[in-house]
Amino acid sequence: MSTDGYEMVIGLEVHCQLKTRTKLFSAASAQFGDAPNSNTDAVCLGLPGALPVLNRHAITLATRAALGLGCTVHEVSVFARKHYFYPDLPKGYQISQFDRPLATGGKIVIGTHADGSEKAIGITRVHVEEDAGKSVHDRFTGFSAIDLNRAGTPLIEIVSEPDLRSAADAGAYLRELKQIIEYTEVSDASMEEGSLRVDVNISARPVGQSAFGTRTEIKNLNSFSGVEQSIALEFARQCTVLRAGVVIEQRTMLWDGHKGEVRPARAKEGSHDYRYFPEPDLPPLVLRATWIQEQRDGLAELPAAKRARFGSQYGLSTHDVEQLTASRALADRFEAIAAASGEAKRAANWLLGVVLAAVKVRGGDVLTHPVSVARLGELITLELEGAVSNTAAKQIFGILEREDGEPRAIAEREGLLQVSDDSALVAWIEEVLVEMPEEAARFLGGEKKLQGVLVGAVMKKSKGSADPKKVNGLLSKRSSSPATGL
Amino acid sequence: MSDVSLLARPVAEVAADIASERLARDAAVDASLAAFGEANAGPEGLNAVLYTDAEGVRSELSARSFGATDRAGATAPSGATERAAALGVHASSPLPLAGIPVAIKDNIATLRMPTSCGSKILEGYVSPFEATVIARLRAAGAVLPMKTNMDEFAMGSSTENSAFGVTKHPMDHSRVPGGSSGGSAAIVAAGVTRLALGSETGGSVRQPAAFCGIVGVKPTYGRVSRHGLVAFASSLDQVGVFGQSVDDAALGLQVIAGVDALDSTTVDVPVDGFRVGRNDASAQPLAGVVVGRPAEYFPESLDPRMRSLLDRAADHLRALGAEVREVSLPHTSLAIPVYYIVAPAEASSNLARFDGARYGLRVEGDGLRAMYEATRSQGFGPEVTRRILLGTYVLSAGYYDAYYKRAMAVRQLIAADFTRVFASGVHVLLTPTTPTTAFIAGSKKDPYEMYMSDIFTATANLAGVPAMSQPIGRLDGLPVGGQLLASHFDEATMFRVAYALERALGVEAHT
Amino acid sequence: MAVSEDDVRHVAALARLGLSETQVTSLVGELNGILAHMDELQQVDITATSAEPDATHGMRMRDDVPNPISLHAEREAFAPLMRDGFFLVPRLSTHGAGDSADDEGEG
Ligand SMILES: [Mg+2]
Ligand SMILES: [Zn+2]
Repeated sequence: MSTDGYEMVIGLEVHCQLKTRTKLFSAASAQFGDAPNSNTDAVCLGLPGALPVLNRHAITLATRAALGLGCTVHEVSVFARKHYFYPDLPKGYQISQFDRPLATGGKIVIGTHADGSEKAIGITRVHVEEDAGKSVHDRFTGFSAIDLNRAGTPLIEIVSEPDLRSAADAGAYLRELKQIIEYTEVSDASMEEGSLRVDVNISARPVGQSAFGTRTEIKNLNSFSGVEQSIALEFARQCTVLRAGVVIEQRTMLWDGHKGEVRPARAKEGSHDYRYFPEPDLPPLVLRATWIQEQRDGLAELPAAKRARFGSQYGLSTHDVEQLTASRALADRFEAIAAASGEAKRAANWLLGVVLAAVKVRGGDVLTHPVSVARLGELITLELEGAVSNTAAKQIFGILEREDGEPRAIAEREGLLQVSDDSALVAWIEEVLVEMPEEAARFLGGEKKLQGVLVGAVMKKSKGSADPKKVNGLLSKRSSSPATGL
Repeated sequence: MSDVSLLARPVAEVAADIASERLARDAAVDASLAAFGEANAGPEGLNAVLYTDAEGVRSELSARSFGATDRAGATAPSGATERAAALGVHASSPLPLAGIPVAIKDNIATLRMPTSCGSKILEGYVSPFEATVIARLRAAGAVLPMKTNMDEFAMGSSTENSAFGVTKHPMDHSRVPGGSSGGSAAIVAAGVTRLALGSETGGSVRQPAAFCGIVGVKPTYGRVSRHGLVAFASSLDQVGVFGQSVDDAALGLQVIAGVDALDSTTVDVPVDGFRVGRNDASAQPLAGVVVGRPAEYFPESLDPRMRSLLDRAADHLRALGAEVREVSLPHTSLAIPVYYIVAPAEASSNLARFDGARYGLRVEGDGLRAMYEATRSQGFGPEVTRRILLGTYVLSAGYYDAYYKRAMAVRQLIAADFTRVFASGVHVLLTPTTPTTAFIAGSKKDPYEMYMSDIFTATANLAGVPAMSQPIGRLDGLPVGGQLLASHFDEATMFRVAYALERALGVEAHT
Repeated sequence: MAVSEDDVRHVAALARLGLSETQVTSLVGELNGILAHMDELQQVDITATSAEPDATHGMRMRDDVPNPISLHAEREAFAPLMRDGFFLVPRLSTHGAGDSADDEGEG
């Protein structure tokens, strides 16, 4: 099953649930997990006579996301009705946007081409629409059960240009998109929880051909890896079909995450005819240019800009930068620690190493971890001054997780201040050489590789308070004049 | 003992007497319920009323007083008081509609009676929330003793399309009262209540008002909340008011009008000046007012006797100080084709929610799709079915541009006609409301022939301007309506002319 | 543009209206009768009209504060069939047990 000679063309449609307290067109709670149909009012139930009233905050969030994705947000946009019958769609139409979306013309940069130019994926549009409810098909024999709590929850739909050419491209696009959405704080953007949903449009064409092939749509995706796997499988399937001289049928495919396969949706889609027309219950949405500009000005620094700045301002490695900018919270934490300690590289090491490991053990996140930015800054400063060893600093960190206190005071109390007084160090070294006669003999006989073992023993004897650099120096001197001693 | 003569007195007077306790708080309701029996307005007689709530209304009245301490009423549903306060109507004292019974069209949501829209698909459906106009009426002291018959989902011009039987014209039972708000028109014309609510999409208040010889008003689009009005065509629908007199209707509209947070298409324009003309008995109350007579509303085919009734009305207006001017609204003849694309298109969408899943009729079938199709084909009558199909067709792929999109463009031209005429210094337009008087039931077999009943009224809905019909005389004993149209949100001038004309016509209006 | 029987069937299917063959036949005549009157719109000069939405009044918006329209009756009072708080409808014929994928609807 070879895909040689074919190129894949992918466009993605991403739905993100906006973080609002109430629904897009009704003041019913948008909370999840409550009893079925409890968060529904006349509007969500589509009762006769109920009318939509737009949630301002949803528009603010959608605008912020669209600006974060580099789109032009339009001063006038129009809601439209999209019609289809389904029991989780109470009105028989979804209020969405059609020919006048909120925003158009953005892009996401997912890397660089071989020639160094940026690899940008175009964003066709960002529009606002309401979510449908949920149909449960396996709870009651012979019936589908309808819960409309989710019905009317605000969504943005982000439609990409067909610019993606590989599963890896799609993965990179989604990761970057998710990060932008998280940075703009408009959505939890979790595929697992359904607050970020991805549909893939994919077609294959012979390399060199400019016309697009017939596309299929892959739905039911619930993880980024599922997206990438399904793309690879569907592309391979399309290539096989094309190679056999058969035409691709335009249809919907479903990803089955358990079986790891892509299969055609069971119901053949009738030709969808959504009969869009402008929603007569809602006047055009008019946003002032000054308001849009205010939203743009208020936008947080976006991931790409932050990455560039972290690299240049702090001189960090690409790897560190990637990790530190994974979330806005982590990046902010890093900058706070760097400022408190005065040393960015060390702050990065601490945050990505000790702190994240501790967070992993304790649960929660960096923001809820008990060791404050100020204390961590003091601790790093202590280490930088050479007052405590790295080992001792980690011990102090462990203590700070349980009790608050000044790191220097804790170091004193616990006897962890670094001993750099030669006489004390020499005494410990001599004790170790006596206690480990075999290693001592070999070391003094020229086996330099045993120096580490001996340093470790000295550190242990000093309970971490010895300055390892000094111990090393003293041991080196000792080995070059084995007979005389120090 | 009920005093039916109360029904001969203007609503404002009766309400003031009840509010000041010169009349018992249930006096007007008793009079209406007695008249209801005498007029035989229920299913055995006129069939103008589908549901009554005499008991609920009486207990509501006994629990309230209309003194200074009264608010929306002790038995008012919880939330109604807060809602009324939010609407800014609690403070008016004395309550302008204290103890006044108002009949309500069956497509406006009420809590104690069903809201079935004259349709089997909503038979017995009681709305769990009430319309804003109902909340406003109640806050103003009104009570709601009955829901009135209508063409199913307001689709019709004769009230022959109700799933619950035809409503008869109160003066001639062989004729129709007009429609779609025929039940409300008949009930006011029969003297059962002096005030009733209807709804308009293409003339459904003005046309039956004209047929029945009463006053009917369609406000500016956006003047009255549609929250709780079951939608037919959202961009055209408005709640309208029937009254025995201009002042009844103006007062009723003043109570229900105003911006509403629950309807995004309402507009925040002050509601004032509707009733300034009511006491103006001066010789030239219309000095400075320019009245236009659009040629397109007076076609060759118009009955010359109807034309002369309009001429008589115009003469009165001149005598009252108005200048009467010939004007032209050249796109008028396109209103019906445009209307019968736009309205069914929106209706096909608005009626998609009736699917048997959450409320209303459900007819089981083999699987979901069969349930949908059985429910909808058995729940909707022939005219509704026809319009859903027509509307679905004009929105469907391949036809949208030719029909819906083009109709919306021509709609702009119809609206621009009005804008141009009103910008030229004309304040109101005077036209016949309908091309004929009330016709014989069953006489209009061809759907399009029935649609032509709205030829003079649909323009106002398409343009969004306010319009009203008032009686200006009779033809062969049947009422003839004169229509006044004004520019957006200028109900005040429209009413000013209507008051003056009503006063000048006197008994001529009904002879 | 004349409507055919197939057009009527197609549109009825879109609108989920079950029609008998007799109804289809009579509706073809009725719809064509009505649509014939619409043809005059094709002749109208619409060059003076605008494709721009009329944004005169713009959209009023509400704050993101829970304030649902309170319902004076339980859902059970008006729902044809409810169980455990869910509205029940006949299961889609395309859904066997355990299949939760939504293949007729749209996300
Ligand atoms: Mg989509
Ligand atoms: Zn969508």
